[in-house]
Amino acid sequence: MDNTITQLVYLVSAWLFVSGIKQLSSPATARSGNARASMAMLLAIVVTLVSNEILDWTTVVAAVVAGAVIGGALARYIQMTAMPQLVAVFNGFGGGASAAVAAAEFMRAGGAGPSLGVGVGVTIVLSTLIGAVTFSGSLIAFGKLQGVVTGKPVTFPLQKTFNALLFLLVLVAGASLAHVGVAGGVAPLFGMGGLEISGPFFLALVVGALILGVLLVIPIGGADMPVVVSLLNSYSGIAAATTGFVLNNYILIIAGSLVGAAGLILTQLMCKAMNRSLGNVAFGAFGTDGPAAKARTGERPVRDADAEQVAMVLAYAGSVAVVPGYGLAVAQAQHELKKVCDLLEERGVTVRFGVHPVAGRMPGHMNVLLAEADVSYDKLLDLDDINAEFDTTDVVLIVGANDVVNPAARDPDSVIAGMPILDVDKARTVIVMKRSLSPGFAGIDNDLFYMDRTLMFFGDAKDQMSELVREVREA
Amino acid sequence: MGEFLILLYIFVLATMAGREVISKVPPTLHTPLMSGANAISGIAIIGALVVTGSADELWVKALGTAGIVMATINVVGGFMVTDRMLQMFRKR
Repeated sequence: MDNTITQLVYLVSAWLFVSGIKQLSSPATARSGNARASMAMLLAIVVTLVSNEILDWTTVVAAVVAGAVIGGALARYIQMTAMPQLVAVFNGFGGGASAAVAAAEFMRAGGAGPSLGVGVGVTIVLSTLIGAVTFSGSLIAFGKLQGVVTGKPVTFPLQKTFNALLFLLVLVAGASLAHVGVAGGVAPLFGMGGLEISGPFFLALVVGALILGVLLVIPIGGADMPVVVSLLNSYSGIAAATTGFVLNNYILIIAGSLVGAAGLILTQLMCKAMNRSLGNVAFGAFGTDGPAAKARTGERPVRDADAEQVAMVLAYAGSVAVVPGYGLAVAQAQHELKKVCDLLEERGVTVRFGVHPVAGRMPGHMNVLLAEADVSYDKLLDLDDINAEFDTTDVVLIVGANDVVNPAARDPDSVIAGMPILDVDKARTVIVMKRSLSPGFAGIDNDLFYMDRTLMFFGDAKDQMSELVREVREA
Repeated sequence: MGEFLILLYIFVLATMAGREVISKVPPTLHTPLMSGANAISGIAIIGALVVTGSADELWVKALGTAGIVMATINVVGGFMVTDRMLQMFRKR
């Protein structure tokens, strides 16, 4: 096919991607936006297959079918509660694909050499580096979310020094391959022409980048995962864009940069919601340091309540605000919670949900969880909206959340100082459903639990919610 | 270098377009936007198709094929799971 026609079809595809992603940012149009973006992808794939000379159709078709079957099955049959891990895995594959393409281009060019040109050399190296970091980093994120790898920050002595040295090593290997900088000046001495010489350098680059991906994610704790997942999302886009530089392909660059920008915006939103810089999230190993869980826990008296008492308080309230947290997802109690809310609404109680941006393990985690339980999205209020209403709310029901409702954030000396929180302590009564008094991820005690107006409702969220369903019916 | 500059222009402008287009996302859509964008990052499939289609060496073809499989999982799985999620987001 004529190259001009191919490029024009890519242009249509690019327009569909941009408008599709725009539609994805509004609830009413999101679904058609997603459909539009998938049309854009299909269009780009078809025109690529038609306009390029495909020597081996069998391999190409077999690979596409295999990928489609695996991806489709995962998307169709995975439990909604496993969504964070699934997003992480898909993301890793996107990065892996970019790295594989760059590596294949490197092999095809017969290794590094002046014939490669500086531009292509640099972009092959960047694409491989970012793609490989995204791949291994996403797999570690998957492991943490799935519980295969510990959710606690994993640190070792001189970790940052080691990471910096490793990064330097990767850069030197990359610069030698791309014939740039000081290392690039050394490369010709090795006669960096054929694969047999530059191959080991490339291997060092790949292995180094893979290890780097692991080491960058492993010191980041579970509750910081929303930031990590969106940052890796951004990386996978940038990796695809750099691959576009390697192959001189506009649509790869456009689609890749869109994803890169989207991921970066989400990352900034998440950081802002925790009042922490990206650097602090990435290198702070948050969750271990700070004045960790002192033995204050248990020394102060709390008001303990059973299901019957809690049901009474809820059933005779005028308005209830529910604050869900990661504990709700762990206990998978969203359906039982919805039943309780339905019963309350039948009794004429106004029920709304207050969702903190970083509650859960990925951006928007609570929204997905509650949508699965059939909660209408207009009942889900974000931070500012719900905070304006706590003054006039009778009862706040906190299910499995801790740090995002900790008033300590208002104390300038606290480790979570300045983090925007849900001001639940302004409500008339606060009910905290939790397994125990143990501190949240930040490792600090929560004064909210010891307030006079607070009732502690201990136990597994799912069991306690089922209990509540019965009690509210009888109330 | 001329060609490279054009690519750089496209990269910078597309990034800016992305920032403008998605500047305000309601929290309800954080996950679908992320997973939809994630599916788009599977655009690497285009590269994998080009490389694999024209490959005559074993290693190049192997890497390209691996790229196709991974990118297709990302694309198909990503768009499908996003749709499944958005189906659940309803106002009642």
